Amino acid sequence: MSLSFLFYLTATIAVASAIFVVLNRNAVYSAILLVLCFFALAVLYLLLEAYFLAVLEVFIYAGAIMVLFLFAIMLLNLGHEDALPKFMYLQRALSVLMVALFFFGIILIMLHEPGVLHQPGDTFSAGGIHVLGRALFSKYLLPFEVASLLLLVALIGTVYLAKRKI
Amino acid sequence: MVVPLEHVIALSMILFSIGVLGVLFRRNAITIFMSIELMLNAVNLALVGFSRYYNSVDGQVFVFLVMTLAAAEVAVGLAIIIALYRNRQTVNIDEINLMKN
Repeated sequence: MSLSFLFYLTATIAVASAIFVVLNRNAVYSAILLVLCFFALAVLYLLLEAYFLAVLEVFIYAGAIMVLFLFAIMLLNLGHEDALPKFMYLQRALSVLMVALFFFGIILIMLHEPGVLHQPGDTFSAGGIHVLGRALFSKYLLPFEVASLLLLVALIGTVYLAKRKI
Repeated sequence: MVVPLEHVIALSMILFSIGVLGVLFRRNAITIFMSIELMLNAVNLALVGFSRYYNSVDGQVFVFLVMTLAAAEVAVGLAIIIALYRNRQTVNIDEINLMKN
């Protein structure tokens, strides 16, 4: 099985699970399918030779974030979602139209030079944890520290929001 | 990598469009949040693809920061949704219109 076939297979799984996430009316099924989508994306990162990010995708998204989602769904005790009201059909059609316009606009821009499909180079040296760590602690030191500050702010904000009475 | 960059970007765009449609269609705040996560992941995929194509680590650093941001955003957002549910007993965004009138 060639690697490009694996890429397209995983891409199909990712798109199909994403569509079911959006279409499903039961939030728990949506969450489980979103985990499948994240695993497919992790495989895609592996195929793009971003090894550390593939591990992070499984750890942070499929692990931490989705567990948080499932906890929230459990706490909220959601039932089935009602269908959209009748008068929403116009908005529904309009939103599909807008997304289609966005989609085909970018497709047109991408196909501006027909026949030129950009193939990457054969060697890639930036996928491992060594290169990423060196970049994070030298060139991108300030954004890295700001990200830690952001996590602290999120922690304080969440503790405040979780208080009994806001 | 074995596929051209355009195919990676096209996949990223398809996932992003699905996420946008999810935000526009669904009335459940939790599902809308999941669609936002889907959009963030689509952008991450595009960044990783560009990083591979230009043989540079910068795109992966961006993905790292976006993942941090997503974790913070989910924690705060779910706390807001739970606080909202405690006060209004609903997560249907059509019924949460306190500031509308």
